Amino acid sequence: MTENNELIRSSAAALAGKLAAREVSAVEVTQAHLDRIAAVDGKVHAFLHVNTDEALAVAAEVDAIRAAGGDAAGELHALAGVPIAVKDLIVTIGQPTTAGSKILEGWHSPYDATVVKRLRAAKMPILGKTNLDEFAMGSSTEHSAFGPTHNPWDLDRIPGGSGGGSAAAVAAFEAPLALGTDTGGSIRQPGAVTGTVGVKPTYGGVSRYGAIAMASSLDQIGPVSRTVLDSALLHQVIGGHDPRDSTSLQDPLEDLVAAASIGNVAGMKIGIIKELHGEGYQAGVENRFNESLELLRGAGAEIVEVSCPNFKYALGAYYLIMPSEASSNLAKFDGVRYGLRVLPEEGPMTIERVMGATRAAGFGDEVKRRIILGTYALSAGYYDAYYGSAQKVRTLIQRDFDAAFAKADVLISPTAPTTAFKLGEKLNDPLAMYLNDVATIPANMAGVPGLSLPGGLADEDGLPVGVQLLAPARQDARLYRVGAVLESLLEAQWGGPLLDRAPSLTDPALTGSALSDAAASSHGGSH
Amino acid sequence: MAAINRDDVAHLAHLAHIEMSAEELDRMAGELAVIVESVKSVSEAAGDDVPATSHPIPLTNVFREDVVGHTFTAEQALSGAPDAYEGRFKVPAILDEG
Repeated sequence: MTENNELIRSSAAALAGKLAAREVSAVEVTQAHLDRIAAVDGKVHAFLHVNTDEALAVAAEVDAIRAAGGDAAGELHALAGVPIAVKDLIVTIGQPTTAGSKILEGWHSPYDATVVKRLRAAKMPILGKTNLDEFAMGSSTEHSAFGPTHNPWDLDRIPGGSGGGSAAAVAAFEAPLALGTDTGGSIRQPGAVTGTVGVKPTYGGVSRYGAIAMASSLDQIGPVSRTVLDSALLHQVIGGHDPRDSTSLQDPLEDLVAAASIGNVAGMKIGIIKELHGEGYQAGVENRFNESLELLRGAGAEIVEVSCPNFKYALGAYYLIMPSEASSNLAKFDGVRYGLRVLPEEGPMTIERVMGATRAAGFGDEVKRRIILGTYALSAGYYDAYYGSAQKVRTLIQRDFDAAFAKADVLISPTAPTTAFKLGEKLNDPLAMYLNDVATIPANMAGVPGLSLPGGLADEDGLPVGVQLLAPARQDARLYRVGAVLESLLEAQWGGPLLDRAPSLTDPALTGSALSDAAASSHGGSH
Repeated sequence: MAAINRDDVAHLAHLAHIEMSAEELDRMAGELAVIVESVKSVSEAAGDDVPATSHPIPLTNVFREDVVGHTFTAEQALSGAPDAYEGRFKVPAILDEG
C-alpha cells in the first residue's frame, strides 16, 4: 500500500522518470490509480466513466515497447505510460461522452478530439471521463445531470466548475494529470478551490476540435495537474496547430517545460490588477495573495500596480456573449442526429414538438436559462443593445490588457474571490454563482493565457486559495516561468506541497460527516 | 431597455424549441429578469467610436486544399441517431397535416 501511495502521490514528471528508468511499470502506475479511484471515487465522484480495460491495455503496450528496447523504446514520448483523466466535454472513441447532460447520456462519439489523439500518440493511458457542470455551464459541478463532484478538502463543499471533476481527480490523487476546458474560468477556478494547478492557454493555442462547444470564441482546452511543471509537460503534448480547428494558431509551440525550469523572476515586472482584489474578496484569499506578492518581490521581481477600469463590465458582457454563442451551439441537439429523443405525450408528432419535448427533458435548468438568455440577447431589437454592446466591451477589455502589459510582463490576482463554498449554497442564486468567475473571465474575453496555482490555505476556513497569473496572448511561457518560481517559494515555506495537508480520503476518522451522504448520492454512471 | 417578462420567456422558449411548463416559465422569468438587470450596464460601457470584437485573436479566412478529407461512413454518422431507416436519419413529420 505504501508503494502505491507513493505512486499516486508522484508528479507526472516523477512518474515519467521512474518509468523511463524502469523502476516501475506503466501497468503498475495505471493500476495504482485505478485502485485509488475504486477506493475514493464513491465519495469524491470525480469520474463519470472509468476506462479500466483500455487504460491497462495502453499501459501494457508501453511496458512491452520498453521491454523490447531498440528504436521504438527510444522513441516513446516522455509521458508514455503516465495516466490521465479527460473532462467529459471532450469526445473519445471507446468511452461515452455525456457533457454532463441527460441529452447525451450513453452517447459514444464516432471520433476522437485532437487532444485525445495526441494523448493516444504519446501512449498516455486514459483513466476515464470526469464530471462537469452540464455542457460546462457552472462553477460548482452541481449542474451535472449525474450528481455533483465533492471537494477532496471537504466533501461537503464544491470542487469548483465546470471542471470540478478533473480538478478533484487530480487533488484526490486519482490521476496525476487531467484535461479541462475553460470558457470563463472552468479550469482555473476549480484549480483554485482544490489546491491544484490549471492553465487556460492562449485562445487557439490548443485545438478545440472535439471539445463540445459552449461559446466558441471563449472556449479553450488546457492542462490540469498538481505541479506547474506537469502542466507544462501536458501543454506540450496537446498544444500546437491543428488544421481541423480553423481558430487554431499557426505559431510553433514554445518550450514551456524549459520556461518552467528557468527558476528565476529577477527583474520581471509583475502587475497587480487594482480591480481584481480588495472589496468582495475573502480576507484569507487576500492574505495569501499578498504573501505571494511578497515572495515574488523577495525573489527580485518588481511589483507594480495596473488598472483595468473596464473589467467591471467583463462579467456582464460575458453573460451576454457566452449565452448567445451557447444558444446557437446547442441548437444542434434536435433529437434527430444523435442523443436523446423524447416524444410529446399527446398531440401531433411533428419535428417541432419532438424537439421541444426532447430539449425540455434533456437539458437542465442552467442550460435552459443560458439558451433563453442567449436567444434574447440575439433577438431583433435587442441585438445592438446586448450582443453588440458586449462585443464592444470586449474591445475595451483588450485595450485594458494592452495597457497593463505595457507596464508589466505578467499580471497577478486571486483566481477566485472566495474559497470553496458549501454544496447547495449558491445553487438557487444564479447571479451569486456567476460571481465566482469575476477574476477569470477577462482572460477569456481577451484570449490571453492564465494559470492558477495554489497560494496556501485561508486562515478562516483552512481551505485552498488560488493565485492567478495572466500573460499576453502567445506568451504562455511566462506563466510557467513565474508560476514555477512562486510554487517553489511557497512549497519551501510550507515544507512540501499544499496537498500534503489535504485530509486522507481513506481514513474514516478523518473524512467527516459528508462521507456517507456523498456515497449514497453518487449515481454517476458506470464505474 | 425593457425588462424581460413571462410572455417574452414563453416566446423565447418557443424560438429555442424548449417546451416549458407554466411553473417553469414563472420561475425562469423571475431569474432572467435579475440577470438581465445585472448585465444592463454593458450597453452604457462603450461609446459609438469603439469597434466590436467578435473573436479574441484576429483571424482572416483559413483555407485548405480542396481535397477530400476525413469523412464518416453512414454507419458512423448514424451510430448515435435515435432513429434511422435504410442508412438515413429518420425524422418525425415536418408538417402537421392532422
